[in-house]
Amino acid sequence: MSAPAPVHAAAAAKLALADFAAAHLTRARMALTLIALGLLLLVIAIVAAAFGSVHIDLIRALTDRSSADHAILFGARIPRVLMGAIVGAVLAAVGAALQALVRNPLAEGGILGISGGGAFGAIVALVVFSRIGGSDVAIPVCAFAAALLSTLAVYRLAQVDGRLEPFTLLLVGVIFNAFWGAAIMLVNSIVNFYFTHSIIFWLMGSFEAPTYREVAMVTVLGAAGFAILLAHARDMNLLSLGDDEAAELGVEVDAVRRTIFVATSVMIGAAVSVSGIISFVGLIVPHIIRTAIGADHRMLIPASILGGAAFTVAADLIARTAIAPSELPVGAITALCGGPFFIYVLRREGRKSLAL
Amino acid sequence: MKTEADRLDTGPGTPASLAVTARASDIAARAVAIRARDLTAGYGDRPVLYNVSLEVRAGEMLAIVGPNGAGKSTLLKILGGALTPWSGTVEVEGRPLGDYDRRALARRLAMVAQENLVAFRFTVLEIVLMGRAPHLGAFHFETRHDLEIAHAALDRFDLLGLARRPIQELSGGERKRVFLARALAQAPHVALLDEPTAFLDLKHIAEIFARFRELRIERAMAVVATLHDLNAAALHADRVLLMKDGAVAGYGTPEAVFTAGNLRAVYETEVHVGRNPATGAISVLPGALVR
Repeated sequence: MSAPAPVHAAAAAKLALADFAAAHLTRARMALTLIALGLLLLVIAIVAAAFGSVHIDLIRALTDRSSADHAILFGARIPRVLMGAIVGAVLAAVGAALQALVRNPLAEGGILGISGGGAFGAIVALVVFSRIGGSDVAIPVCAFAAALLSTLAVYRLAQVDGRLEPFTLLLVGVIFNAFWGAAIMLVNSIVNFYFTHSIIFWLMGSFEAPTYREVAMVTVLGAAGFAILLAHARDMNLLSLGDDEAAELGVEVDAVRRTIFVATSVMIGAAVSVSGIISFVGLIVPHIIRTAIGADHRMLIPASILGGAAFTVAADLIARTAIAPSELPVGAITALCGGPFFIYVLRREGRKSLAL
Repeated sequence: MKTEADRLDTGPGTPASLAVTARASDIAARAVAIRARDLTAGYGDRPVLYNVSLEVRAGEMLAIVGPNGAGKSTLLKILGGALTPWSGTVEVEGRPLGDYDRRALARRLAMVAQENLVAFRFTVLEIVLMGRAPHLGAFHFETRHDLEIAHAALDRFDLLGLARRPIQELSGGERKRVFLARALAQAPHVALLDEPTAFLDLKHIAEIFARFRELRIERAMAVVATLHDLNAAALHADRVLLMKDGAVAGYGTPEAVFTAGNLRAVYETEVHVGRNPATGAISVLPGALVR
């Protein structure tokens, strides 16, 4: 009976419904953004394949199969670009998913100590299985198992009276990071010197000399993970409102959380077992995308996949060329960008978002 | 726009309490929307609720009132399925709560919590559209139909001007209305509201009750709200459930439950119970100057 006058309602409806496209995620906006990010990734990948510590002639590399240029492009550059792309995509997508799950924009595999756990698992597997064989399967499996254990432990320990406290979560992550770092150094000091290079490689994070086999392994596990995360993107939106609220909107919260924890642990385990600990990609990329395009995870997850790939390939290009002919570990580049960025997010966004 | 409260203050005709009484027989004939029997519940091994039963019919509003710590929010959580009682049953539209899967339940029952925190910078429209989630297929985007429902919900709570704003930029009162609009977009048959008017000013309190009155009449929506404000409960609710220390201290019409004796026993302070001359509803005032 106190319904608004029909004329007024109709006028408002036309105006506002037309305005709505800017205020929520539409298919058109999603398609345009993903195409733009895909093109950006393509350009960066081509540049990264063309440039490096050694100059190559691209025409000769593509036409003369017996040339050194050909060998460098297809034997070193392309697998490395592919590895950077898939690992970066995995790290960024995992970061976005973990942030949704713990409702904290500062959560990330590296920061929470999950990558550290994975690296420890990988190193133990390397040391144990290098004698008895089968280490190429054991390393990713152990990395995954240790990453999952880390995830569950961090999640449990960060809960105070059944609530996930944002700052407790970050502190527990910091402690886990330090703990796994110490555990890795402990292993390093008791094993044969022969393992030291691999252990440092895992600690620093690098895409040094990947094989196509490794690229294929991470791609298959990563793609399966992407499918699972994309299928739960709308649940992640609802989880942003709180666990109870998500449940009241029809989300099977416990089942979704278990699924995402396992999926992200597999993804981190796969990434860490081939490239070591590369921190902050999962923080920087989703944050930029959220700020630029919006918080809807149906967009954030696929955009983080493409953006994470582009960001990491670019970071690795810098790692390879900055002090050529030697190279920096890519993990050092991302941490050098990521540290200040973390502080920035903590101070600017964190106060608002973490004022839970 | 003229609000329900304006009309009640200035308009001639029936006082609100008479209007409610006139509708009472009508409501008695309607189906039971939500019913609880002998709920006993607690956290850990600490009981906080003892043998609470209630029944709300379509179109009816029940206010749950009582002092802090009486178990009001716990009761609401159980009604919404967020907390499992130690014993007792909850039925929604005649079926036990446990028979519904989460999505099916979310299409019938919406809950608005006391605190509404959002982790990321979603826009107001995005939050309200989340209310459509239980109606959407797995990978479906919101259709024009969903947008129209969100638009109507925003319009009803006077939020159309804020649709594009990030939720974090809104005031507490605006944010509360966003979450009420989200619950409305769910198109529920039962709305469970935990302190829907806490921290709001008089105008917005009046408007929120007016909007839910419209929804009860237009859609026969059943409303269960916990309220601190006894005068609001007396004015707007068909029935009230008065709680103390987890048990029912009174259940019935405001006239029957809000007696000076009942309220003195529950709140442990002197009260004056009278009538609001403007609305005819029960009014409760402090009964003595406490020194």
